[in-house]
Amino acid sequence: MGIKTSDDKFFTRVDKGINNDFMRKAVSGAQERMQGRRLDSISALGDWEDWRNLAEEIRQHTLENLDFYLEQLADNVVKNGGNIFFAETAEEANEYIKSVVASKEAKKIIKSKSMVTEEISMNQALESLGCEVIESDLGEWILQLDDHDPPSHIVVPALHKNKEQIRETFADKRGYKRTSDPKEMALFAREQLRKDFLEAEVGITGCNFAVAESGSISLVTNEGNARMATTIPKTQITVMGMERIVPTWEELDVLVSMLARSAVGQKLTSYVTGLTGTKEEGDVDGPEEFHLVVVDNGRSKILGTQFQSALQCIRCAACINVCPVYRHVGGHSYGSIYPGPIGAVLNPLLGDYDEWKELPYASTLCGACTEVCPVKIPLHNLLIEHRRVMVEQAGKAPFAEKLAMKGYAFAASSPSVYNVGTKTAPSVMGPYSKNGLISNGPGPVKLWTDIRDLPELSKGKDKFRTWFENRDKGGE
Amino acid sequence: MAVGTVHNKDKFLNKIAHSLGRERKTSGVVRPEWKHLPQYEVYKGMSQDELAHHLEDQCQRIHTVCKRATSQTLPNVLKEAIEELGGKSIVNWDDPRFEEYNLTKTFEEFASVEGNELHVWDPNLGEENIKFAERANIGITFSDTTLAESGTVMLLSDKGKGRSVSLLPATHLVIIPKSTIVPRMSQAATKVHKMAQAGRVPSCVNFISGPSNSADIELNLVVGVHGPIKATYIIVEDK
Ligand code: SF4
Repeated sequence: MGIKTSDDKFFTRVDKGINNDFMRKAVSGAQERMQGRRLDSISALGDWEDWRNLAEEIRQHTLENLDFYLEQLADNVVKNGGNIFFAETAEEANEYIKSVVASKEAKKIIKSKSMVTEEISMNQALESLGCEVIESDLGEWILQLDDHDPPSHIVVPALHKNKEQIRETFADKRGYKRTSDPKEMALFAREQLRKDFLEAEVGITGCNFAVAESGSISLVTNEGNARMATTIPKTQITVMGMERIVPTWEELDVLVSMLARSAVGQKLTSYVTGLTGTKEEGDVDGPEEFHLVVVDNGRSKILGTQFQSALQCIRCAACINVCPVYRHVGGHSYGSIYPGPIGAVLNPLLGDYDEWKELPYASTLCGACTEVCPVKIPLHNLLIEHRRVMVEQAGKAPFAEKLAMKGYAFAASSPSVYNVGTKTAPSVMGPYSKNGLISNGPGPVKLWTDIRDLPELSKGKDKFRTWFENRDKGGE
Repeated sequence: MAVGTVHNKDKFLNKIAHSLGRERKTSGVVRPEWKHLPQYEVYKGMSQDELAHHLEDQCQRIHTVCKRATSQTLPNVLKEAIEELGGKSIVNWDDPRFEEYNLTKTFEEFASVEGNELHVWDPNLGEENIKFAERANIGITFSDTTLAESGTVMLLSDKGKGRSVSLLPATHLVIIPKSTIVPRMSQAATKVHKMAQAGRVPSCVNFISGPSNSADIELNLVVGVHGPIKATYIIVEDK
């Protein structure tokens, strides 16, 4: 498992994605709404470029001095009664977490959303101890109930599902009898999970940013589930990627403000919670025991390379929401818990080129991702860099060359993929998916050339870019 | 408080230093003067009245009822807000500000009505507090710092100020002294930064903006998920 969500080959996944009309419609609608919200919220700030420059500067400084800030964090965590474990690998992290859970003889564990625990397959590790691990983020709870359907988006994990499908899952698994109205279904989740929150012995969370100066961790959420998981259970375990840290609360402000705007177009989410150590003398609620697990799992090999800026990522998904390729193929096509442009950059780094060689080509290099990234990661340049490295490394060259030279690469099909980013996409794609090309089963590679060659699609070159630029100015 | 344990630190941090191509840094790193500081320009130089207006505006966007009161009208405005939220059972922080704003009588009256329940957070009662909060209809808190831009109240945990009061009840009512309003999160973050410099920050610093919500189902906004389903703010002129 780990970051990988599918055993299918890349082209098989893409094939499935492109043929899933519902998912494609859902994704394009969602992208538009999320971009609209983001633009509204950043236009209110006026000097967004200054904010991005500041955020970039903060992230760069922190990464350059990461050992110093992590040490300061560790000192402050223990000073406030917490424990801190540095895990170089997923196995080390899981072993430690298992030992804590076992020492509590815990049977029920409530979790709030955390990408890094997905990355290290923590749930499976805990389930092997016989524990019940319950996801409490609404989107993740839906996926967990639906026999662990993989997430397709890092902020809205169940983006690929419609409310009817969700209603069916609730009915099948939990005997839900009400309608598919999202309000009723959310209320049902509230009722069902309340019991679990009150009974769980251990709460496990991710961490948006740790704060070095005070040994605090912060959680940025809307539903309140992360607060539940850190208020009621007696033991709290927080798992963080080692790069998710800021020097002081003043930098926390900047990054949280940008995260909320870039991810969901809010000025702040309903809850931004800063937690420091265990509960204090006289506190009634909050954990008696606190464990912070800092995970490397491949990150240190990115530091000091030309890819270091990828570690600036604050997981806002703005690059995903603007990506024409993601819009076209959907989140599952990437085969990883990290989809979209950031996934295409990160997966070959956290994993290897053998496994993820196609992803750097799943891009039109239109640069929209780079333009929206709040911490100014040059995403499309990093994708080009990946391609260059692969061509240089003997073993991978044949594949890379095949893609590049025969024109199968997404890069070559950029005009068409730009087009898919426009509002005319559904009608343009309609006849395409009905004309039998795909269902008649040409090889997947043919699919790429078909996308590229479709005459309707190559009209109106660079439509995506025009559209995107207009959107950025606040027009349609 | 017992000091916790650290595991595997040196090997881990040495590896980072090695990747960065230098010796390990254990001291001497100072936070730089950042070149851009746009965060302090937001609502710069505004009066408390102007900030209060922005706060009211933002409340509409975050599905939060916002009321105004003077210290004279506060008891009545509070009574009205409690009724609108459905009354019945209230859990309060144990906070001297209730007394300062002459609200003790209002709560006594509330509790004297047949069928109503009032609980004030009491560390000596332990878990009982959480149990009551869990079935309470309204949790009432005072804002420690209030952010005009995002419609946010910052609540600092303390013995009498349990985290559950703003989380477990069906609704959340916050009294906001007007003097606590600042432009945005930056000013609140500076306060916490100063606390950190001076020693330790409260175990739980919460920035709360209205009721809980989710957009996880087809991106439809649903107000009220695990935290409170409704929120009301009362901005009160300082005494
Ligand atoms: S790469 Fe940038 S835009 Fe994409 S998720 Fe990370 S921070 Fe957000």
